[in-house]
Amino acid sequence: MSTVLMKGNEAIGEAAIRAGCKAYFGYPITPQTEVLEYMSKRMPKLGRVFVQAESELGAINMVYGAACAGERVMTSTSSPGFSLMQETVSYIACSMVPAVLVNITRGGPGLGNIQPAQSDYFQMTKGGGHGDYRAITLAPATIQEVVDHVVLAFELADKYRQLVMVMADGMIGQMMEPVELPEMAEPQRPDLSWALTGAKDRPKNVVTSLFLGAANLEKINLQLQELYKEIEANEVRYEEYMLEDADIVIVAYGTAGRIVQTAVKHAREMGIKAGLFRPVTVYPFPYAQLNEVASRAKQVMVVEMSAGQMLEDVRLATRDAKPIRFFGKLGGVVPLPEDVLQEIKAVANQAAT
Amino acid sequence: MLQEKVVFQKPHALHDTTTHYCPGCIHGIVHRLVAEVIDELDVRDRTIGIAPVGCSVLAYNYIDVDFAEAAHGRATAMATGLKRVQPGHVVFTYQGDGDLAAIGTNELIHAATRGEQFTTIFINNAIYGMTGGQMAPTTLPGQVTSSTPYGRDVHQAGYPVRVCELISTLTGTAYAVRRTATNPKEIRRLKKAITTAFKVQMAGMGYSLVEVISNCPTNWGMTPIESLKWIEASLIPYYPLGDYKVIEGVSRL
Repeated sequence: MSTVLMKGNEAIGEAAIRAGCKAYFGYPITPQTEVLEYMSKRMPKLGRVFVQAESELGAINMVYGAACAGERVMTSTSSPGFSLMQETVSYIACSMVPAVLVNITRGGPGLGNIQPAQSDYFQMTKGGGHGDYRAITLAPATIQEVVDHVVLAFELADKYRQLVMVMADGMIGQMMEPVELPEMAEPQRPDLSWALTGAKDRPKNVVTSLFLGAANLEKINLQLQELYKEIEANEVRYEEYMLEDADIVIVAYGTAGRIVQTAVKHAREMGIKAGLFRPVTVYPFPYAQLNEVASRAKQVMVVEMSAGQMLEDVRLATRDAKPIRFFGKLGGVVPLPEDVLQEIKAVANQAAT
Repeated sequence: MLQEKVVFQKPHALHDTTTHYCPGCIHGIVHRLVAEVIDELDVRDRTIGIAPVGCSVLAYNYIDVDFAEAAHGRATAMATGLKRVQPGHVVFTYQGDGDLAAIGTNELIHAATRGEQFTTIFINNAIYGMTGGQMAPTTLPGQVTSSTPYGRDVHQAGYPVRVCELISTLTGTAYAVRRTATNPKEIRRLKKAITTAFKVQMAGMGYSLVEVISNCPTNWGMTPIESLKWIEASLIPYYPLGDYKVIEGVSRL
């Protein structure tokens, strides 16, 4: 293990390399372009594949092609680029080939801006492309977490033969923190007999998402639904901070989670019993765990850098059993811990009256 | 004792099945030629095909090699990914004029300009077959289609695009030729072109494209024989057959 100060985007690249990523395809878009540049430097030196594609459409389809060969493959992008990729994300999900996609989210909608935001939550967790699919989505809050999540993403992609996504906002992409990088690994791969490696000594393989005939496509869909049930049962991840005796449970993820953590510390110093519930997988969302935690509290708060997208999952989890106060910043504005603390105080006062 | 000698048979790389193509459609001929070339080059166990969206979306049911089904227009990007991670394999895309010359043109141009080491078989029949006969970017001025019911009006819908000429201007393109399959002589020339194109990628010489001027009897509203005559009378004058880019060294393959 080596500890080094790294920028988030570069750490993403290095983590992927250490996890055995054999091919990276990407396109420049702020605030994740450093991932592309980092990979352009490192991958050729390692004899691995790097292509700067003509667009995000090109990049995600190159990913699809290389994933069909069973190799560990990744792309990274930011929100508008992620929108471009949706059609092929849907194809990849249906075809059941493993791949990793990192979305460094920024202000939207439209061209938006290049500041950090969390407004791609719906798109990532509810299936931004067409059809009944989901993709495991990890939401790191620190550079160390994003390194761990990139490695985990490749493992989960292999385990389920699915696309796995990492959602980190532009703050995480751009900032620098010390990280412990994993050792360079030749990963243990699962059964790849389905892959398009050339039909030598075996019948040919076909990777497709086309299943003409409703009965056929229904079968495929039911298989995917079974897979998602398995994922929901086994891959939920979340973090709890000062929740044992919390009256106010604040739900936040990624950078917002980090900001809330500071605010909770200050609130506790003021005698307010606040705590943070931080989803680490936003799909599968920790519904049961949040429900349990909220049932022991008096109030729930949700803090997001969006108009309230995870808010809907929090309402689903808690069944609106407790009052929920939402605090959101839009358009790439990042809240300060003081801002969140004001909200916590308001909630605490409300409870007192 | 009489000995039987096989002088002609179905290619091994062609599945022994019926296709869904319309009677008289040139897809049948081209599929067979691709399979013959795969047999003769003995590359079946390292060939990967990529099927488009279009009439040949089910090409993977007919040619017996590993196959992927691409999103509309994106086969050349998929081929890029597949070939880059498996450079010793033979990769080909098989695409129609909607897939290649409309939605997929950006991916085509960039695969060619990067000199990607795969082959595109481009079936140009100046119409969208699978979706019921709409205008293609290759539809001729004045040609009646289901979305140009009064004939393609160049003031409204612009002019057809000539893919071979376009791709031949790119340095990464090693081999870009236009052929057809309207008679035995042309079919033999087409087969030679496909063979050469595969050899170009196997020699790592760059991007190869074989454009096949093809027919659509159903949507042109013609009999198969009439459609072959229409290719010769109307399409070939606009899309002349020939070699548009053949780089140094290809002739020695």
